[in-house]
Amino acid sequence: MKPEEYGRRQQELAGWQIFVETYKLGAVYYCTIANVDPGARFARAEGATRDEAESRALEKAARYLSKTRTFTVMS
Amino acid sequence: MPATLQHVLVTTDWVAQHSTDSGVRVVEVDVDTTSYDQGHVPGAAGWNWTTELCDTLVRDIVPAAKLEQLLGKTGIDNKTTIILYGDNNNWFAAWAFWQLKVYGHDDVRIMDGGRKKWLAETRDLSTDKPSFGAKSYKAAAPDLSLRAFLPEVQHAIAKGAALVDVRSPQEFTGEILSPPGLPETCQRGGHIPGAKNIPWGKNCNDDGTFKSFDELKALYAGQGIRDDQAVIAYCRIGERSSLTWFALKYLLGVKDVKNYDGSWTEWGNLVGAPVEKP
Repeated sequence: MKPEEYGRRQQELAGWQIFVETYKLGAVYYCTIANVDPGARFARAEGATRDEAESRALEKAARYLSKTRTFTVMS
Repeated sequence: MPATLQHVLVTTDWVAQHSTDSGVRVVEVDVDTTSYDQGHVPGAAGWNWTTELCDTLVRDIVPAAKLEQLLGKTGIDNKTTIILYGDNNNWFAAWAFWQLKVYGHDDVRIMDGGRKKWLAETRDLSTDKPSFGAKSYKAAAPDLSLRAFLPEVQHAIAKGAALVDVRSPQEFTGEILSPPGLPETCQRGGHIPGAKNIPWGKNCNDDGTFKSFDELKALYAGQGIRDDQAVIAYCRIGERSSLTWFALKYLLGVKDVKNYDGSWTEWGNLVGAPVEKP
């Protein structure tokens, strides 16, 4: 099978830059979310439509990102 | 382009043409261990780094006997050409490559661009899990010249060896303790004193392929890394630094380069270890 409707875009979520990658294989849409820096995939979801897969993955990603603490660094 | 590039990298085109050749085994190794099930190169095996490429009791790389079993059941013998690829521009493919070299496998290569490039080119994917005829594999004694342990890193600081921290700038400075969205796995942020921050992603082009020899040479030389000095690469758990280790050793030809797989999850949790910020 060939992946269809492959797409990859960058956007901001919960204050962080992320990549959203989605494709359809057979009847299933797969979406994965990666942080832009350093580039780690940390959330994913499947769905019957692109919107369904992406909204599920983004919801998880927002939840995980909200737990990322930042510390003030003195230069 | 130096000969090293030809020997350890294969293109997606090459894999499309040779993935099922006799004597060749393609293996996907991902950060996200579900990726393989979401479609993989037809005929490829899938290895789970969290269970199959480590010791699950003691924190360590995969024991020799376990690796021999894994390779054997994947239909790999000592003469097989192993082609590795994975997500995140081959982070854990490089981790597998490094361990296979530690155990002396001769012909192992990485599919340049990894899963990202294969998908972007809308090449065939399969969700079938292939079965392989079992083979016998004998691992060599581990080559520890490729691996740095804590005492060596501590000594390296005093000796002035080159330490390359391949994490993101925010991890390097201590602004964050883990990549955004992932669990924190250290008690302190910052970096090993004297380390240079050369994020792993600088080794790669936007399509996931490795940069050219000249670009890599300029990158590392620009940070004062010479190919005649001892270099130790580290990250958080040792997989991103495997990719930098691969680039330094096989694409740039640095002779003495080691991967410190203890990385920041070891150093950043040590009582009394010196930490530099930012």
